[in-house]
Amino acid sequence: MDLAAFSGIVFGVSALAGFLGSLTGLGGGVVVTPVLTILLGVDLHYAIGASLVSVIATSSGAAAAYVKEGYSNLRVGMFLEIATTLGAVAGAHLTAVVPASALAVLFGIVLLYSAWHSFRERKEAVAVRSDPLAIRLRLDGSYPGPAGVIRYHVARVKAGFSLMFGAGVLSGLLGIGSGAVKVIAMDQVMGIPFKVSTTTSNFMIGVTAAASAGVYLSRGYVDPGLSMPVMLGVLAGSMTGARILMHARTRLLRVVFAAVVGLLALEMIYNGFSGGIGG
Amino acid sequence: MTDVRLEKVIGTLLQIGVLSAAAVVLTGGIWLLAGAGRSVPAYRQFHGEPPDLRSPHRVVASLAHPTPEIVIQFGLLLLIATPVARVMFSLAGFAPERDWTYVVITLIVLSVLAYSLLIPHG
Repeated sequence: MDLAAFSGIVFGVSALAGFLGSLTGLGGGVVVTPVLTILLGVDLHYAIGASLVSVIATSSGAAAAYVKEGYSNLRVGMFLEIATTLGAVAGAHLTAVVPASALAVLFGIVLLYSAWHSFRERKEAVAVRSDPLAIRLRLDGSYPGPAGVIRYHVARVKAGFSLMFGAGVLSGLLGIGSGAVKVIAMDQVMGIPFKVSTTTSNFMIGVTAAASAGVYLSRGYVDPGLSMPVMLGVLAGSMTGARILMHARTRLLRVVFAAVVGLLALEMIYNGFSGGIGG
Repeated sequence: MTDVRLEKVIGTLLQIGVLSAAAVVLTGGIWLLAGAGRSVPAYRQFHGEPPDLRSPHRVVASLAHPTPEIVIQFGLLLLIATPVARVMFSLAGFAPERDWTYVVITLIVLSVLAYSLLIPHG
């Protein structure tokens, strides 16, 4: 297979990943790495470099659509960014010392968790009172509801901050957005409403990925020839997905995509243990 | 300018940033495939990238004598710059309100980004 055919296949797969990722809310970047490594035999470090770049593309590309709604909380996002960017830099440095086989297994576990998480019915657990630290940092906010402005509180700031550091480490280690962990930290731990945590998480994903990107670039993980079709594909796919999101019946799609993600996860774990990746 | 209006302007700017980055990457990509489309892809083994492709200032400096790889890498740098720009724009929201706590928080985030992007990592 020559480079032109290879780039075409990578573009197609990435576009499909971006499309399904935005329709199901799982994110497009997360399946790019297993597809590149397992199906196309790409080295894991090149794959996570290309995937990380595509994560930034989807985050910044969706920002315009998200801010229109006025849900995101800039203070919460910026404060937690301290944790995610520091975690991301630490995680990106760790990629040099953690063996690729261990990264593959960890990647598989995170993928399995994301697939499971996308199925679970989440219960909104809105905080009833603010953490004193949240008051000091003025984290409480409001968003436009159907019957006027809805105010909300922010709880357990320290626990949320710590979990965000973990989300950053995972993002830097695996070249993913860690959107699922970020949303959990905000809506399950800190008691922030879904709409606010989802849009704020989108903002944070791009900044976190940029913090890993410098280290990746410096280490030579970002290959232009490979990142080109991945970035263009994921961007085209996710923008198309976002356009038709309103009209799609996503239940069946979610099941199919989660099943694909689950299979890729098991394959990734198997490859890590059997030496297929990093052996 | 209100928070919501500032956010809308920022959102639009980010989208323009992403689309320009994509246009630059596409240009470099077409150039790359026009020249090396018949070559064999070499991604199975990790070799690392040459020094010119590894740091923002080397990529920008190399634009004087561009190759397809340099053009793509420059487009990717534009993309990486979009979230960084968003953090910088937030300063424009916090500073006029004299919200010094958040000016400091934003500066901390910016310094982590600067550490990652501007300093070589072994």
